[in-house]
Amino acid sequence: MARYDSLLDACGGTPLVGLPRLSPTVPDGAPPVRLWAKLEDRNPTGSIKDRAALFMVRAAEEAGRLRPGDTILEPTSGNTGISLAMVAKLRGYRLVCVMPENVSTERVQLLRMYGAEIIFSPAAGGSNQAVATAKQIAAEHPDWVMLYQYGNEANARAHYETTGPELLHDLPTITHFVAGLGTTGTLMGTGRYLREKVDGIQVVAAEPRYGELVYGLRNIDEGYVPELYDATVLNRRFSVGTRDAVLRTRQLVEVEGIFAGFSTGAILHAALAVAHEAVREGRRADVAFVVCDGGWKYLSTGAYGGTLADAEDALEGQLWA
Amino acid sequence: MAIEVRIPTILRSYTGGAKVVEGAGDTLGDLLTDLDSRHAGLKARLVTDAGALHRFVNVYVNDEDVRFLGALDAKLNDGDSVTVLPAVAGGAFGFAAVAAISQHRAAAAGRVAHDAAVVAR
Repeated sequence: MARYDSLLDACGGTPLVGLPRLSPTVPDGAPPVRLWAKLEDRNPTGSIKDRAALFMVRAAEEAGRLRPGDTILEPTSGNTGISLAMVAKLRGYRLVCVMPENVSTERVQLLRMYGAEIIFSPAAGGSNQAVATAKQIAAEHPDWVMLYQYGNEANARAHYETTGPELLHDLPTITHFVAGLGTTGTLMGTGRYLREKVDGIQVVAAEPRYGELVYGLRNIDEGYVPELYDATVLNRRFSVGTRDAVLRTRQLVEVEGIFAGFSTGAILHAALAVAHEAVREGRRADVAFVVCDGGWKYLSTGAYGGTLADAEDALEGQLWA
Repeated sequence: MAIEVRIPTILRSYTGGAKVVEGAGDTLGDLLTDLDSRHAGLKARLVTDAGALHRFVNVYVNDEDVRFLGALDAKLNDGDSVTVLPAVAGGAFGFAAVAAISQHRAAAAGRVAHDAAVVAR
């Protein structure tokens, strides 16, 4: 279907494309091992987060939590903020994003373009200051609505009701599903759906392993696991470092012409690992993985060119996924 | 060859500041016991009194989460690389701020319920 009543109706239904050049070669007579990319950058604002944003807003409307003219508060500078800004604009809400003042200018420009208002927390204060600012804002505006994507069941449900069925429809022979682990919504929703429908499906998580600066001050006693996360949905979980993520991101555009962000490179790295394992074990595999977003928003990092070591340095300390 | 273990910044006080230490063991549990003999206190930060991996610690063998490989019983081989990391979700700022606000909201909801109960009386 190529005609929709509005942009919101055009959310999802993304193409699944084969990767004939990146899929591993198998010995003569061995069963095929194929990689498939789910192009989530083809959503209205260019990322997989459009699905979750739309479902979370609809769920809040149906529950009576959101009424026309209400304000949504979202502490993020990432794709969820951009998706929510678009949905909020079209559904008649005001969106306020809280973010540290040292985020990239293209993020700020994108959010403002989609109509979001931005409250900055001082960069110097780091995440402690960001938390303090967020608490203060929430206290001053008890009527603002937080959708809280890390614990919102509608986030995972978006993928249970759309991403999962789309994948099964387009690839009934699917053996592996590989996606990124952030809020965990994509993996929980799609993973649950596929586990119900496909015997022996392997649900594989790829999580970004950032540079040391990001983990530096994290206290092990005050860590964080999203409320949506249920480890029993996953079969395996890979940690992918910056260098591997950059390498795969570049490989994806060089070999298959797909220009994606770095989180997609991390996912592709895990997808290739399970694909090569299947080749070694002589098993058939149809490995579907998620292309979360395009590379446009990350061009200013400079990590698409130069040496891998330079790219790794450029992304050190950044949350690239 | 031994097993290489990457230690996060927050735990380097146990390793004399070393980023990477070496150890030996057939399983992750054995390896941590071995490490603890030279870096006293390290194991207790990673494993609970009940003998499970601490909830907010992630341990990876060759980049794969050990919770899916048998946790402390995960088998190790010489030359393996083990990485220890604190649990963070994508968008570290976002989740920290959201967690703070959600706590606030839960507290506010509790107060509202309390006030309503007081009014009802």
